[in-house]
Amino acid sequence: MLSAESLAQIDRELTKYPPEQKQSAVMAALRIAQVELGWLSRDTIEFVAHYLGMPAIAAYEVATFYNMYDLAPVGRNKVTLCTNLPCQLQGADKIAEHLQGKLGIGFNETTADGRYTLKEGECMGACGHGPLCLHNNHKMHDHLTPESVDKLLDEMK
Amino acid sequence: MSLNTPDTQVCLWTLQHAEPASLATYTANGGYEALKKILAEKTPAEAIIAEVKTSALRGRGGAGFPTGLKWSFMPRNFAGDKYVVCNTDEGEPGTFKDRDIIRFNPHQLIEGMIIAGYTLGAVAGYNYIHGEIFEEYESWERALEEARVAGLLGKNILGSGWDFDLHAHHGYGAYICGEETALLESIEGKKGQPRFKPPFPASYGLYGKPTTINNTETLASIPWIMRHGGQAFLELGKPNNGGSKIFSISGHVNKPGNYEIPLGTPFADLLEMAGGVRSGHTLKAVIPGGSSAPVLTAEAMMACTMDFDSIARAGSMLGSGAVIVMDDSVCMVKALERLSYFYFEESCGQCTPCREGTGWLYRIVHRIEHGQGRPEDLDELLRIGKNIGGNTICALGEAAVGPVASFVKHFRKEFEYHIEHKKCLVGA
Repeated sequence: MLSAESLAQIDRELTKYPPEQKQSAVMAALRIAQVELGWLSRDTIEFVAHYLGMPAIAAYEVATFYNMYDLAPVGRNKVTLCTNLPCQLQGADKIAEHLQGKLGIGFNETTADGRYTLKEGECMGACGHGPLCLHNNHKMHDHLTPESVDKLLDEMK
Repeated sequence: MSLNTPDTQVCLWTLQHAEPASLATYTANGGYEALKKILAEKTPAEAIIAEVKTSALRGRGGAGFPTGLKWSFMPRNFAGDKYVVCNTDEGEPGTFKDRDIIRFNPHQLIEGMIIAGYTLGAVAGYNYIHGEIFEEYESWERALEEARVAGLLGKNILGSGWDFDLHAHHGYGAYICGEETALLESIEGKKGQPRFKPPFPASYGLYGKPTTINNTETLASIPWIMRHGGQAFLELGKPNNGGSKIFSISGHVNKPGNYEIPLGTPFADLLEMAGGVRSGHTLKAVIPGGSSAPVLTAEAMMACTMDFDSIARAGSMLGSGAVIVMDDSVCMVKALERLSYFYFEESCGQCTPCREGTGWLYRIVHRIEHGQGRPEDLDELLRIGKNIGGNTICALGEAAVGPVASFVKHFRKEFEYHIEHKKCLVGA
């Protein structure tokens, strides 16, 4: 189900923990699986659980608890905008409005062409640089303005 | 600036250098000297803990607990594995200092964790890094590799015969994992739900082994303290509030950012460093220690110095040092609505008073903000708050109540106007 490269990454994560504590690698393994497959299906979660020798339900608990895991398909580009208070004070509401207007979708929606999904996020720990967003969970873009958002969206293929 | 000469910049001094994050910059300026000395002289753990106690270093993650005292709780003669854990799960709205330590001075954190590991007799250490800062997770892993190659981590560190390694564990979006026992559950590959205490992590921590958990800035301060002595660190700040501290300022200032200044510095000076309040506006309110800290009025805040004791006397807490500045354009009902949503969203759901109570708080503030408030709502908010506080396993419930109680206390008129006139007083 996962590529040799993804499995090698998971194996590397396993080296961080005591041999009898393989479950410790489940968060990383789910992340690695999501990066390869785009989202976490039930089959994927079960595969990861089996690979780590843990009950599927325990892996499913983790996948449903942490909010950066996607349990349903998302667009090729997931844009998560922080709207928490410090970002709000620095103009996140305006960016939210701009993003929704430009893409014609609301939060938790995906454009018809499958190119973009919009999400509302909680504090990302970079408040002084707000407003800011995450692209596909791993790349942060800060000091957002309507103009910089337009440029970013163009670059996301 | 360097670690060689004492300076008020304890953690972010590397920013004065061309390549702040590199091992070369760190070692050329006194980095890893404290560790080398400890290993060469086989400094007794008790002596290191005594030095940290002298420094009056207090936890930089929010609770302000004395670090030396926390370290002394670890059982010295425990036969099995022990762990040291760094808490970089920085998700308290307003806080963004630990990210900068990893970006700009990762090796000082590594050295601090190694010294902690040596002192506490740990076999390994984990740094739990906030899910939303993946690039910093990767950059810290690269710094660890640099340290391994240089013989600073792994087997037989610097020829001392002592083995110790560090690893990064990446979170994936759960504020609650900043709570130390939820963080341990998360490293164990479980839902991040806080544990009952006692037992405390010093006796039953990661994998059930004795564990000490400290904040990133706390651990990164250790090399400075061991290099210049606890007394020098204490003298940077003021009694019972040793050292400098990084303050993260966000909101309505001209220059949001991190400012590392001695504890005890007047708030007015910090505000000036951050470029002051946006032009054309006046200061209205400040949340001085991250979103969980009670809000203070401009007047109360301007009378404070930035240290644990002064902010506590004013009725709030220094917390993580995250200063959220609000000017006269802010509707306090709307601001509280967003914060209340955050706690509702992030409650782990384990304890009923928090799981249900945070939802009630949010829905009531939401209806006040949207012109559907009822006259009895303000007292109802306070009543719900009292039923959450003290009735939950961890402090998230109380963290949700702090903003509600303080916003209503200091800005009650705004809430009443919203309820009565179904619109906002600000700009009315």
